Formats: sequence, structure tokens, C-alpha cells
Amino acid sequence: MFEAVAFYLFAFLTIAMFFIAVTTSQALYALTALAAGMIFISAFFFILGADFLGAVQIVVYSGAVMALYAFGMMFFDTTREVKEKNGNKYIIVGLSVISAVLVVAIFSAPLISENITALYPMVEGAGNTQEVGLVLFTKYLVPFEVAAVMLLVAMIAGIVLAGKDMDLSLTLLDDKEIEEIKNKKMKKVL
Amino acid sequence: MMEIGLNHYLILSIILFTIGLIGVMRRKNLLLLFFATEILLNSVNIAFAAISHFYGDLTGQMFAFFVIAIAASEVAVGLGLLIVWHKRHGTIDLDTMSTMRG
Repeated sequence: MFEAVAFYLFAFLTIAMFFIAVTTSQALYALTALAAGMIFISAFFFILGADFLGAVQIVVYSGAVMALYAFGMMFFDTTREVKEKNGNKYIIVGLSVISAVLVVAIFSAPLISENITALYPMVEGAGNTQEVGLVLFTKYLVPFEVAAVMLLVAMIAGIVLAGKDMDLSLTLLDDKEIEEIKNKKMKKVL
Repeated sequence: MMEIGLNHYLILSIILFTIGLIGVMRRKNLLLLFFATEILLNSVNIAFAAISHFYGDLTGQMFAFFVIAIAASEVAVGLGLLIVWHKRHGTIDLDTMSTMRG
């Protein structure tokens, strides 16, 4: 009973928020609606018993990703209205529905077969976080490490791309050139 | 109606994925295009978590974690590239990036 009420409430809220995020012409409204939708999605994870995933959803999406977007929006001109493509609306909606149904069909095709057995079944008497830890650090250890390296690469790429004068390498420059750069910076400060 | 099953979650996932796809197809501003891709990734995460719950298997949750990690790194690199593009050209509209216009 309560599960059904919670499901329908959060389903309505999530769909409404994401619809606003997609259709509004103000970038700030889109950002706020997207952040709200992310938090509402974590409610589904809590209903489904994936507590750790729900917490990670709130921390990573509403915390890190949204803060990064808000930071990025300071660089761009966000006050002006966003122009949209004026394509054929029916073609767009039709293509979207068809491809979404296709994706879900691909997902659920293996579920139709009767003899499904869980590859990594839930552990009895352990919380969700312990189960996740057990599976993640035994069966998925190599993908976990690869994901860690990928995040490191993304971090360095973000710093290099967004930082100033990142195309210069101090180890490859002569002392004279370094002095020139120093003097230029001193002049700017003064 | 009152019993929430796997199909309810899959249908919700379809609806959210459709919204995200509509966003990807009609947005011109690259920052708002990124928002739409986040919606796509989140809708798939719901499907993963629901399948994981209803079949008693943890693999779905593991995939959802890796999807979140990929989304985070995508945002970091994508925003860096956007900032560089905005510094050079002063705009982040998709139409200005078509250098091979036919």
C-alpha cells in the first residue's frame, strides 16, 4: 500500500521535474529541476532496497555533478533565453518513443526466459551496503580499479582544460622564458 | 494496480528515457544537451536497480554504480571542453560547431 503510494508520488514528481528540465527555455530552471529530479530518483532506489545506491545517487548527482554544472554555468551566458530547434515535433516524439521502447526491450529480453538464476544472489543476514561491498571487492574488483583510473584521468583532464596557462610545461622551458612569464604575471598583479 | 511489480519500474524507465531523448533531439545549447544525457543515464539506472531487486541479483546495482562513475567523469571532461570552446568562440550553440557543413 505505502509502496504503491510512494511509487506513484515519486514517479509523478520525477517525470514532472525532468519534463521541466527538458522543455524550459531558462537554463537556471533546467538546472534546478534536474537537481530535484535526481533527488526524487534516489527515492526509487530506497524503495527497491538499494540503500547504498540511493545514498551514492544523492551524494554524486545532487552534490558533485550539480555543483559542477552550477560552476560551469557561471562561465556561460545563462540569463538569455535558449533558442530551440524547430523540427517536426511528431517525428521527434515518435523516434524517441520507438528508441526508448527498443532499449527497454533489449533490457527485458533476457528476463522473459523462465530459467533465470541470480549470478550474485543477495547474502542472507547482511545489509545492502555489506552485500555491495562483498560483490564489488571480489567479483568486480578489476572494473572498480579501472573506474578509479578513469575518474583520475577525468579529473586531470578537467583541471588541464579549465585551468589557465596549462599548455605551458615548466620542465621544458628555459630559465629565461620562466623569468619572462614571472615578470608578466607581476605586471598583471601590479 | 496497487501491487508494484517490475513492469511498473520498466515503464517508468521508458517514460524517463523518452523525455531524455526528446531533450537530446530538440536542444541546441550544449549545456542543456548535457542535462538531457544525465536524464538518460538516470532512467537506465532505475531499470538496473529494479531488475536487481526483483531477481535478487546484485549485478544490476553494480552496473548502476559504474554508470554513475562514468556520468561523473563525463561531466568533468565535457564541462572542461565547453569552457575552452566558450573562451575561443563565445558561444556554446551546437550549430556553430558544424565545420563540415555540406
